[in-house]
Amino acid sequence: MLAPGFADPVHGAQGTFRAVMDALARPGLLQPLDAGLKPPAPLTPELAALALALTDADTPVWLDAGLADSPEVAAYLRFHTGAPLTDDPARAAFAFIRDPARCPPLARFAQGTPAYPDSSTTLVLALDMIANGERLHLAGPGIKGPTRIALTPLPEGFVAQLAENRAGFPLGVDVILTAPGRVAGLPRSTAVTES
Amino acid sequence: MIRRAILKAIAVPGYQVPFASREMPMPYGWGTGGVQVTAAILGRADVLKVIDQGADDTTNAVSIRRFFARTSGIATTTRTTEATIIQTRHRIPETPLREGQTLVYQVPIPEPLRFLEPRETETRQLHALAEYGAMHVKLYEDISRHGHIATTYAYPVEVAGRYVMDPSPTPKFDNPKMDQSPALQLFGAGRERRIYAVPPYTSVRSLDFEDHPFRVQQFDQPCALCGAEGVYLDEMLLDDAGRRMFVCSDTDHCEGRRADGHVGTGDAV
Repeated sequence: MLAPGFADPVHGAQGTFRAVMDALARPGLLQPLDAGLKPPAPLTPELAALALALTDADTPVWLDAGLADSPEVAAYLRFHTGAPLTDDPARAAFAFIRDPARCPPLARFAQGTPAYPDSSTTLVLALDMIANGERLHLAGPGIKGPTRIALTPLPEGFVAQLAENRAGFPLGVDVILTAPGRVAGLPRSTAVTES
Repeated sequence: MIRRAILKAIAVPGYQVPFASREMPMPYGWGTGGVQVTAAILGRADVLKVIDQGADDTTNAVSIRRFFARTSGIATTTRTTEATIIQTRHRIPETPLREGQTLVYQVPIPEPLRFLEPRETETRQLHALAEYGAMHVKLYEDISRHGHIATTYAYPVEVAGRYVMDPSPTPKFDNPKMDQSPALQLFGAGRERRIYAVPPYTSVRSLDFEDHPFRVQQFDQPCALCGAEGVYLDEMLLDDAGRRMFVCSDTDHCEGRRADGHVGTGDAV
């Protein structure tokens, strides 16, 4: 049996979108996200909520190896969103990454074009934990005063890749971080440094 | 789809994201862009305020507020402090906005360079190259012709040090309120099919010159109804003899002050 989508599709999608909007508008601030979904493993409820709220037939979706290997996940996403799956990260509008440690380099995803920087990939990462912590220092639009977050796990070389991503502004990918019950945003406008 | 455009607009502050504007139950020019942005973001917990030139009680404001009350069952208000979403046509409320509020602008012409370069293909390139010399020439021509920068509304701003943006036809009086605002600012242009955004706590700099710095309008007298100074005033014609009165453009701000006991002179000029 296929797992159900949002119990209330209108307000489930709206609430998820609003959490993501607030997360990108205030990078590094943790927004609560409880969509009440029970998607097939290894898809997490947060990844599923973002997929259902934001993707449709117009958005090619790239799945990382762990998600792509599961026929249940593909069937779930295809039924609930109708989004075409792609195995080329440079063509993806959204990329869902269950295992951030094995995420391809950010530069391999669509970066947008100088005339249309909005045509870049939005990456959605599933982490074990996001906390207000010591590791990463954030600065840029939407950030008031010193803001620090700690990510667990922090993918190898992630900070250097984010710095490279920021250097290409206005081109670059936007990253949405999820953890159980939480979402945070790292849009391309945010400068991330290790403290 | 509109939601995805909003997310990209927030990620690239000041950049105009194209979107497939929908048919709305009102003609273009009446706020179809603002209505689509508001409809895309609002939820059960939101309280909506709609203003038209600062006023809550004009046709456009009343009909849009009633439209959302009827179709979404959302709570509405005229008080700036109570609202979580404020849809606006050409003013920013006098009451300072706070975190968690979203200001949705109705935008007629989103492209600040449009009257300098009519071709969209060219303005895209100019934005891509951050080539804004023509805009400075336009402001300079104002100075050479009038002795000062004569642009008083839709005054161009630079957002987060990169994109030059049209703040919609708000009076330039409101430009300083956009800088480092705690509220999220979203802009919807329905006919022109563009959405753009300024995240909270983002620098918004009005373009100017070292020897001709940006200045806002000054008014000679306070509001005739509530006596407020340092606010934007509307000129109201009172009779056929041409008697006029200057009153607050922001009706909620004016009513709030009068309820607190502030009284203006009530004098016509």
